[in-house]
Parts: sequence; structure tokens; C-alpha cells
Amino acid sequence: MRFVLRRLGFFLLTLWVALTLNFALPRMMPGNPALAAIANHKGVISPQALKALEAQFGLNTHQNLVAQYFKYLGDTATGNWGESLTTQPGNSVARIVLDAIPWTLGLVGITTVLAFILGTVIGIVGAWRRGGSLDSLMPPLFVIMTVIPYFWLGLILILIFGVKLHWLPYFFTYNITLTPGLNWAFISNVLEHAILPAFTLLLTTIGTWILTMRNTMITTLAEDYVRMARAKGLPGHRIMFDYAARNAILPNLTGFAMSLGFVVGGAILIEEVFNYEGVGYLLLQAVNNDDYPLMQALFLLITVAVLLAILLSDIAVAILDPRTRGAS
Amino acid sequence: MAIMAPGDPGSASQPGQATPLALGRTGDAPAGTGRITGARSLRRMTRALTSNRKAMAGALLLLFFCLVALFPGVIAHDDPNAEIYPRSLGPSAQHLLGTTAFGQDMFAQVVWGTRPVLLIALLAGFGATIIAMLVGVASAFLGGAWDGTLGLVTDVLLVIPLFPLLIIIASYLHGAGTTVLIAVIILTSWSYTARQLRAQALSLRNRDFLNAARVRGERSLYIIVVEIIPTMTSLLVAAFLTNALYAVLFSASLQFIGLGDPSTTSWGTMLYWAENAEAFQTGQALWIIVPGLCIVALGAAFALLNYAFDEIGNPALRPVRSMRGKRVKRAG
Repeated sequence: MRFVLRRLGFFLLTLWVALTLNFALPRMMPGNPALAAIANHKGVISPQALKALEAQFGLNTHQNLVAQYFKYLGDTATGNWGESLTTQPGNSVARIVLDAIPWTLGLVGITTVLAFILGTVIGIVGAWRRGGSLDSLMPPLFVIMTVIPYFWLGLILILIFGVKLHWLPYFFTYNITLTPGLNWAFISNVLEHAILPAFTLLLTTIGTWILTMRNTMITTLAEDYVRMARAKGLPGHRIMFDYAARNAILPNLTGFAMSLGFVVGGAILIEEVFNYEGVGYLLLQAVNNDDYPLMQALFLLITVAVLLAILLSDIAVAILDPRTRGAS
Repeated sequence: MAIMAPGDPGSASQPGQATPLALGRTGDAPAGTGRITGARSLRRMTRALTSNRKAMAGALLLLFFCLVALFPGVIAHDDPNAEIYPRSLGPSAQHLLGTTAFGQDMFAQVVWGTRPVLLIALLAGFGATIIAMLVGVASAFLGGAWDGTLGLVTDVLLVIPLFPLLIIIASYLHGAGTTVLIAVIILTSWSYTARQLRAQALSLRNRDFLNAARVRGERSLYIIVVEIIPTMTSLLVAAFLTNALYAVLFSASLQFIGLGDPSTTSWGTMLYWAENAEAFQTGQALWIIVPGLCIVALGAAFALLNYAFDEIGNPALRPVRSMRGKRVKRAG
């Protein structure tokens, strides 16, 4: 219990730091970025939005910093995130963000689960067949896979499967001539559009799961209880999964719980390359258009998702691994 | 506070493992045995490196890029920025990779683009490692409130999503130059390695040679600089490699979305301009393929070296081949 409470405290502290960063960053920058945004987008920004922006960034207001800060905290807590300046002028930030979330959750969420399952199994089998062809090929291959920039792999897949072979669509979340609805034509179109970005993500993330699993598994395979299981003459697959993998999977499970938090903000560049209209794509649009209210809300959303996932994974580990409860 | 016992691979707060580049480390590196002076451990490291094939491949790749970055003019005779050639040419003897849609020689761009990338990697990697070392060693050695505070700062920075944070900062700065880019990457990326270094320093804290130094009445600074840091040489090199790799990927990503300085010639900005000019649709695939391959090769150099260090530190991970037959294969 104390463990969970302490982690909760850490959660709140980090949340506060993220909120404060959001507030302080634009005010710390040389020249107020809001001024630049106003100058860059004259005419696009409505008078009310301009006023809101000025209030948000502490321009022409007679409030002192402390008062601004508390107003900001209050607004954020009550979901009063302002309206978009330039990306979708006049629409409330909350609405825009809510529209983008399902796309990201669907694409990145499902791919993350797939990558985790596939990678873990490959890692288990690779470590079990130590010295086999899979095992000797894997480490160097996946070390290189993990350094491929997401966005570049996406571009290459676009080149091969989109531009050259014309097999798959590579722009947008679905064909805009279709009306969204629960019919096969629409759903299959959505799936088709998700294949290339999902594959990109899968290829670049699976290496970490494989290597982590393999390396812990190798350490575990040297344990006495594994030798004992062998001495008892248990079948290989039982030793592999029930004795070794079961004990070696904890680092991968923690990593998985946390990577669920990175789902929301984890594929920014992939979404950008494929014009996939999720949270990451939205963030870059906001950045390119100096749409600060939208940008701040998205950064906060991404941070909160990560923090929540870490909190949950801590609690899960505390339940799964009795050693952590006593430790420190 | 949330600081776990060092070396406990199941400890709850290792968010580093969720980041795509954690490269599958298992727990913390085992502590060195006894006292090793800096020079000797360096020599041992060099020997270990030359006998490891992954390390050799990584080192040769890195050396190659260093040479290109030092003498770009020897390899490519064209001015990388001059827009003086016919546009969108295919590869030829004159222009090995063809020309861009703006009439620049692409080969010259790739060659000259090596320098800023390597500069960012080395400087940001070095800077982040220095901060990580100071924070990690100080919090392990000073203990108490210092440890609590520094550990807290490290942990908070570790869980805040770095890439979105980098994007936001870069966007407020409006087209940051290379110096600012390096500074921002250093400030945001030291935390992961700080944690590893702290764990290592903690495991050293009660060694006899440190107690002896304390009994001799040496000052803390002397103990940290002369006694502790030299024993961590190999871990510091590994930390540097990790940070340099992050710097390469982060800077390339930021430049790709136009948040670097688009007027400098580097691999990331080449990709930015190529995407803007719709290089695929106009049949200029090389414009995108080559700079990307360079990023992958440089990243692989750092990653291979780093992985080899892991193998050197943890012999269980080495390929079975090198261990005389398959003795270890089934432990029976």
C-alpha cells in the first residue's frame, strides 16, 4: 500500500511538472511566441481567440504571473482548453482532440499489442534455441532495426508498396469519398489504409521486445530451477514456457504496460508521413500553424497517458512480483 | 521516493525500457571487480572491442563517417548548396546520385551533410553523458537529501515524453539553429543514462578503496574525480554511445519535420526538402533513400558498439560460437 501511495505521489508531482512546463516554456522563450503567432496569422485569428491567446500567454494583461498560473491550472483542470487558433479556427480544442484520439488508439494500440506478443514469442524461442540460426541472426539484425527512423521506414514502404507496386493506399485514414459508417466498404477501406503505417510501427518496435525477452530469458535459463526441471525430464516446451519464460517475462511486461502509455504520442512521425489524422498528426499541424492552445493540450494529453500507464504498470508489478513490495 | 535497489531488474520504475531504443538491456551492468585504473580499463576495453565482431563493424563504420565529416571536400568537389545544375537529374558520372529538384548535387549534399550530423551526435552525446555522470555520481556519493532530489529530477524527466517535448520547445524557438538543437537535446536526454551511472556508483560506494580514500581524509571532489569516475570508464563509454544514438535520431526527426534550421545541409534537412518536393512522386527516390540509409548506418555504428559493450559486460549474452563448441547449450 505504501508503495502504491508513493507512486501516486510521484505521478502527481510529474503531472505538476508537465503542467508547469506547458505554462512556463512559452514565457521563457526569447521573444514571446504568441506575438510571433499573432503576427504570422493576422486575419485568421478571430478577435475573441486573440483575446484568449493574449490571456493565455500573459500579454496585455495586468495579472501577475502567479495569478495567471493559477488561472491556467484551473482552466486545465476543468477541461477549459480554449479554442483552436489556426488549425481549425473557432473549434474547441477538446472537440478536435477527441476526434483524433480513436484513430491513434486503433492504429498504434493494436500494433503495440501485436508487436509485444510477436516479439516476446520470438525472443523466447530464440533464447531457447541458443546458437541456432534464429538466435545468431537476431541480435545484429534487430539492433539495426531499432535504429531505423520510423518516418524513414514509412517513406520506404510508401515507395515500395504504394508508389511502385500500387498495392496499398498510403494517405489519410480512409478514402474521403466514402461516408463513415458501419458497413464493410468503409471498414475494409479503413483497414487498408492502416496496413502500411501499422507495418512500419511493427517493424521498428518489435526489436526491443525480442532483445529484452531474449536477454532476460538467457539469464533465467541458467537458473537452478530450470536445470531441476530438465533433470526431472519435463518436456521442452513446458520448461521453456512455464519455467523459464514465465519468470523472465517481467521486464517485458513492465515495458509493455508502459508502452501502452506511449501509444497516444508514440507514432507522431508515422502519422505525419502517412497523413494519418491521429493525435501525432494533429500535434505537428498545430506546431506548423503556431496553434499554441491545441499544441499545449496535446502535449498534456500525451504526458498524462504515459503517466497513467506507468502508474498502472507499477501497481501491476507490485501485485505480480512480491519482491517489489518489500523493497526500498 | 521511487528509487529502487540498484541492479533489481524487476524494479518498477525503469521507463527506459519502454522507449524504443532501450536495446534490451538486462538490469544494470555488473559492478567491476576490485580497483581498475582508468588507463588499464581502457586498454582492456580496447582489447575486448577488437575481438568482438559487432564492435569492430561499429567502430569501422564510425571511423568512416568521421573521415567523411573531416574531409568532405576531398570526396565531393561540388558545392552542396549551389543551385547551379539542371534540376532532377538521374545518377550519372558527373552527379553520382543525380541532382535535387532545386538543382543541387545530391552526392555533395550527402557528403557535406555528414559533418553537422556527427557534430550533433558527438557534442550532444558528450554533453548528456557529462550531466548524467555528474548527477548519477553525485546522487550516489552524497546520498541523503541530494540523492532524493537528484533522483526525483531524473525520474520526472525520464517519464515525460521526450520527443513531444522536443517538438514543442523547437516550435517555440521557430527554426532553431544547430547550437540550440544540441543544447535542447542535451537538456532533455541525460536522464536514462544518469540512472544507470547512479546504480553503478552506488555499488561502488562501500568498496575498500573508497573507504581507504575517506580515511586518508581526501575531499569528496577528489574521491569522485580520481577514485570513482575512472572505474566507470566502460559504463561511461556505453552511456555516451546511447546518448549519441538518441541525438542522431532526435535531430534527424526534428529536421525532417522542419524544426531544425532548414538552411543547413544535413541528412535530416535533405529528407525534409525531399518530402516537400514530393521526391517519390517525381521519381527521385534516391533523394529519400540515401540520406536515410546514412542515418541508419551511423545509428547502427553507435548501436553495434553499444550492444558489443553489453556483451563484454555480460558474457552470457555473447554468441555461443565463440565459447568453444556448444558446451553451454543445454547445461547438461
